[in-house]
Amino acid sequence: MSGGTASEESFRRPKVDVARLRRDAWYRRPRWRRLLGFVVAGLALAVVTGPQGAGSTALMSSLKATFTSVPRLGVCVGIGVLLWAVREFGAPLRAPARTAQDGVARGVAPLRRFYAAGVWPKLAVGALVLLAGAVIPNLLSPTWQVVFVEQMGVYLLLAVGLNVVIGWAGLLDLGFVAFYAVGAYSVAFWTGSLPVQPPVVLNPFVVIPIAVLTCLAAGLLLGTPTLRLRGDYLAIVTLGFHEIVYLVAKNADGFTGGSRGTTKMIPHPSIHLFGLDYNWMFDPLPYWYLILAFTAILVVLFSRLENSRIGRAWTAVREDEVAAQASGLNTVRYKLMAFAIGASTSGLAGVVYASKVGFINPDNFPLLASILVLSYVIFGGMGSIAGVLVGTALLTLLPQWLKSYVPAEDRYMYLGGLLVAMMIFRPQGVIPSRRRQREIKLAESGVGGADATGAAGGTTS
Amino acid sequence: MSSFLDYLTLGIVLGSMYAIFAIGYTLVYGVLQLINFAHSEVFMTGGFVGMIVLTEFAPSRPHGFPSVLWMVIGCLSGMVGGAAIAWCLERVAYRPLRKAHAPRLVFLLSAVGASFFLYNLCGKLFGRTPIQVPSLYTNSVLFHWPGTSVEVRVNQVVVVGAAVVMMIALDRVVNRTKLGSGIRAVAQDAETAGLMGVDIDRVVSRTFVIGGLLGGAAGFLYGYAVSGQVVFTMGFVPGIKAFAAAVLGGIGNVRGAMLGGLLLGVIESFTVPLLGSEWIDVAAFVILVLVLMFRPTGLLGERLGRSA
Repeated sequence: MSGGTASEESFRRPKVDVARLRRDAWYRRPRWRRLLGFVVAGLALAVVTGPQGAGSTALMSSLKATFTSVPRLGVCVGIGVLLWAVREFGAPLRAPARTAQDGVARGVAPLRRFYAAGVWPKLAVGALVLLAGAVIPNLLSPTWQVVFVEQMGVYLLLAVGLNVVIGWAGLLDLGFVAFYAVGAYSVAFWTGSLPVQPPVVLNPFVVIPIAVLTCLAAGLLLGTPTLRLRGDYLAIVTLGFHEIVYLVAKNADGFTGGSRGTTKMIPHPSIHLFGLDYNWMFDPLPYWYLILAFTAILVVLFSRLENSRIGRAWTAVREDEVAAQASGLNTVRYKLMAFAIGASTSGLAGVVYASKVGFINPDNFPLLASILVLSYVIFGGMGSIAGVLVGTALLTLLPQWLKSYVPAEDRYMYLGGLLVAMMIFRPQGVIPSRRRQREIKLAESGVGGADATGAAGGTTS
Repeated sequence: MSSFLDYLTLGIVLGSMYAIFAIGYTLVYGVLQLINFAHSEVFMTGGFVGMIVLTEFAPSRPHGFPSVLWMVIGCLSGMVGGAAIAWCLERVAYRPLRKAHAPRLVFLLSAVGASFFLYNLCGKLFGRTPIQVPSLYTNSVLFHWPGTSVEVRVNQVVVVGAAVVMMIALDRVVNRTKLGSGIRAVAQDAETAGLMGVDIDRVVSRTFVIGGLLGGAAGFLYGYAVSGQVVFTMGFVPGIKAFAAAVLGGIGNVRGAMLGGLLLGVIESFTVPLLGSEWIDVAAFVILVLVLMFRPTGLLGERLGRSA
């Protein structure tokens, strides 16, 4: 670098302004193309927020209404143009925003240091969250209590389980809800609600360990032959497994009751001990506390697991399976372990769900649910338990909250849009794990890959 | 014998549709090594655009040559719609992530989000009940298999014919044109291809467009000739099947996708007499799992660059 300085002095610069020659004519600058993009985005916004369509009677009614209502179209395109203007000419705004951001970061830094210092702050935060979880549902209306149990709670359990499979072991599992179904159907079987009668009819409480073990076995059964597949092949096989479970539940009329589901109501958990007689019935709160307890226990167990020998083995398998194997790790065993742990957690969620709702049918366990859980996990921040919990809570409550603002059927449209935006602007998730954040940062600057699902499919041949 | 041929015909019709649909998955997988989960929405768009064009513009029951013409117009508009959506998808949901070297799961989720967005948007705009696709001609019997009484109907010939034309055209494009060699180069090694002067962005974008053309055509053919109606969720199940077909043949491999699609269609069709129609999907996936267990990279192996 320093060798050329002497000759640089004598090098005569050409008289022409190279920068000016290089510059395109004003209309060819990318800025105007971006304007076009923003205008199109504005039009898209108008279409998205437009009126509901009328179906086959007036096919184009919604689009027609959108493009003839000048004021709304104007507002939407105006928003687009405004965003463009901020992006192109907003440099003066950016500096104060940056200083404000830095100020906040500096203010938060001691707190963050305190939090990272030891285990006590973490325990305190955990206890606070637990307390909030115990108190908040009592203050809510019954509809929201049901939402808390059936939408959020169950998915919290599922997401914590899937996080082990995908976040830590890096196995892309698209059939996760199949185990959820297996758990739910085990309850239905052992409480005598299916066409087939069990040897003994049990209380749902007693079924919990049985169902968990069943799911563990199912996980091992599926995992043993398939876990040597990598990345996307594993994804499609698990997806296929889900379809098989779903269709067996739907078509094996004599065993599962077919598409109508359980023939009798699955009894609610009840306690009949020492003169104590307590049946949970439809009140959502006891189920919420059950879920809360399970989640808390699992969170503690799993975070212990994350930093154990097993957790580090998972990290190794996820980062580079070949290297892990070469270092003497029995990768199949660890992958199987992650798979089985995830499956049994999923089964647990199934038990709670089935005993809460009383009736189940195959359509409670669509493939869509697997994909939803997956998106909650990635949205929250793969590999970080706090992130997964927050992400699940946000994304399951969001549609319920949106219900009062937008037409109910449109909720998933906004959810989809949110997912795309989130992946573009914050791919590491709401609360990323530190390792993951670093991986993504490094990948952005071109160092290494940030793949968490084993090697890319293309490396085996 | 005659029922065997019956089911074979049905299987080939369904299979050729899966085949052109699966090519979209396999092409994108070839160049980017990721599952384009939103491809089923490309299919759906193709079906809807074709349906809208036929409903709004085509005369009710044209005769003779005009009905053929309108069929072609419907198919082409479905293709254009599919390609447009695929292009937008690449632009909005993939390119920013590619620039940031995002991990593959992020792409996956972004595609899932785009898919949710698109099919619910379609449901909002055009209603959530199935819409009949206007028929352009009577779906009459065209010919019988030689020596038997097994019928082959016009729609079946149209689907298979269109699929064959498109598959041949695609094979030519991938193997004979400059764009094709660009696609194969990027599939083999994107970084090196970039150093050799291949404009990766352009190749990826055009790969999506090609996949969108075929996916849109598949959507139109499915809506017009197979199910007779379109609905906003129509892409989901065929999408999973087509993806399974792509994996079956060896994902990233164009000829593999064609073979896998045909095989899957035929397998499904023969499940009906052997096990009953409700087990169609189970059979398809059981076969898939079995094939993957014994041949983990699909029937024809997986690289677009190497074996297409």
